[in-house]
Amino acid sequence: MAYSKKVVDHYENPRNVGSFGSSTEVGERSDIGVGIVGAPECGDVMQLQIKVGDDGVIEDAKFKCFGCGSAIASSSLATEWIKGRTVDDALNVKNTEIVEELSLPPVKIHCSVLAEDSIRSAIADYKKKNGVETETKAHSH
Amino acid sequence: MSIDRPIYMDNASTTRTDPRVVEAMLPYFTEIYGNSASRNHSFGWDAEEAVTIARGQAAALIGAGPKEIIWTSGATESNNLAIKGAARMHAKAPAGSTGRGHIITATHEHKAVLDPCKRLEREGFDVTYLEPPSDGIITRKMVEGAMREDTILVTVMWANNEIGTINEVPEIGALCHERGALMHTDATQWVGKMPTNVESDNIDLMSFSSHKLYGPNGVGALYVRRRRPRVRIEAMLDGGGHERGMRSGTLNVSGIVGFGKACELCSEEMAEDAERLFKLRTRMENELSAALDVVAVNGHPDRRLPHLTNISFGFVEGESLMMGIGNIACSSGSACTSASLEPSYVLKALGVGDELAHSSLRLSLGRWTTEEEVDTATRGIIKAVKHLRSMSPLYDLHNEGIDISTINWQSH
Repeated sequence: MAYSKKVVDHYENPRNVGSFGSSTEVGERSDIGVGIVGAPECGDVMQLQIKVGDDGVIEDAKFKCFGCGSAIASSSLATEWIKGRTVDDALNVKNTEIVEELSLPPVKIHCSVLAEDSIRSAIADYKKKNGVETETKAHSH
Repeated sequence: MSIDRPIYMDNASTTRTDPRVVEAMLPYFTEIYGNSASRNHSFGWDAEEAVTIARGQAAALIGAGPKEIIWTSGATESNNLAIKGAARMHAKAPAGSTGRGHIITATHEHKAVLDPCKRLEREGFDVTYLEPPSDGIITRKMVEGAMREDTILVTVMWANNEIGTINEVPEIGALCHERGALMHTDATQWVGKMPTNVESDNIDLMSFSSHKLYGPNGVGALYVRRRRPRVRIEAMLDGGGHERGMRSGTLNVSGIVGFGKACELCSEEMAEDAERLFKLRTRMENELSAALDVVAVNGHPDRRLPHLTNISFGFVEGESLMMGIGNIACSSGSACTSASLEPSYVLKALGVGDELAHSSLRLSLGRWTTEEEVDTATRGIIKAVKHLRSMSPLYDLHNEGIDISTINWQSH
């Protein structure tokens, strides 16, 4: 399969790869939301961590990804797109925009869906930790 | 030193045609272009003679007689012809009824064996699919346990195409002869690489293919035993009665000449090739295991083909790994590299967990693989695995001492 230039670029130079600490450490911090979506047996797991300021703006985001090149690129792109946005605004990132930006072929659309889910999941975790009610629903797929 | 041009490590998929083979084929396109079935002119006689020589070369490689070689289009056709042809010929009840006879095979066979078996099930035959143990080896004992009064055919591959493991084929063949069943083996990955003798190895039907042994694509052969027992099979292609009525169709003379030449070269060179490639593969596996943790060679550690390795790199997904080693041509058990979304059914049959199946590479060396290529590929794989593990949330969990199989993942 041929990859788009943007996918290759994110694969080779992933943006914001990393984490804000071990799973236990980030679990205890209320300024950090963690989303882990996917499953190893399906061949994709995405982990997105967001660091949110008092004003509700996502100051920083870090990802880790076990998956194909398109999955890595989707999660790398997601971190770029949500940084600097408020948590509510970040929920507007749509998987279709990721598909378009990375020129993902139809068999790789699930990678973009997973990236969108990781954003929703990280924000839901942040809101839960801070006692904010949320109706975020993950895609069923 | 490193190599920039692509490195070919997918010889289990297909091999480069040996230039000596191409040279042998060329006159049969433009000079000796007769139909080998034309009995009335020298063009036909010359073509027939070339086919006869090739038949001898293929037969010599496997210890058979020349009349026991049936030319086909490749191993898929050979497998179909052997399995369906033998079952239908030896059916214990007429078409349209059930209980027509019993066949034994294994779940990690090639699809070109499994799919004909499934079709025969729909036609009223019973099929037992043996489940391999984690080392991947099908033993005589396992087949013996599945044998029935009405077992007509056992089809067990000689060496597995994904993991290279070697089944107990001569022993299973002996069992078949004791019980009056026919023994077929898909020897596509075996013949031309390892010594083969259909007499001492107790084979009745054997499929093999030209393009896996440095010959051209589109030619294969089915060995059909003629004595003790004389094996009869029902043809699939009816027509001019070529190949003693078992496979009609004008022969692919140039391809057959090339296949024959390739067989001859393998007879002369395979022992040396195998020894050299075994050393290279061992070097590669040792260096990968020394440089990286959580590396697992799939299948039996010793009882496997010398030129092939199937190796899983934990916490790294296969397709992204192949992307990272873009100049190394190989295969992966990852779902993402196939049309289906399932990881390798062969690795699953061995009980390899899905996440490790997704993390596997099959590297298969060949006649032109150099030490320099092996070293470059090894370094490239190590670099790519490290890059991907630096991004892998699963590797982090592993390093935190968390067993990822205990996590309740949300499947999608």
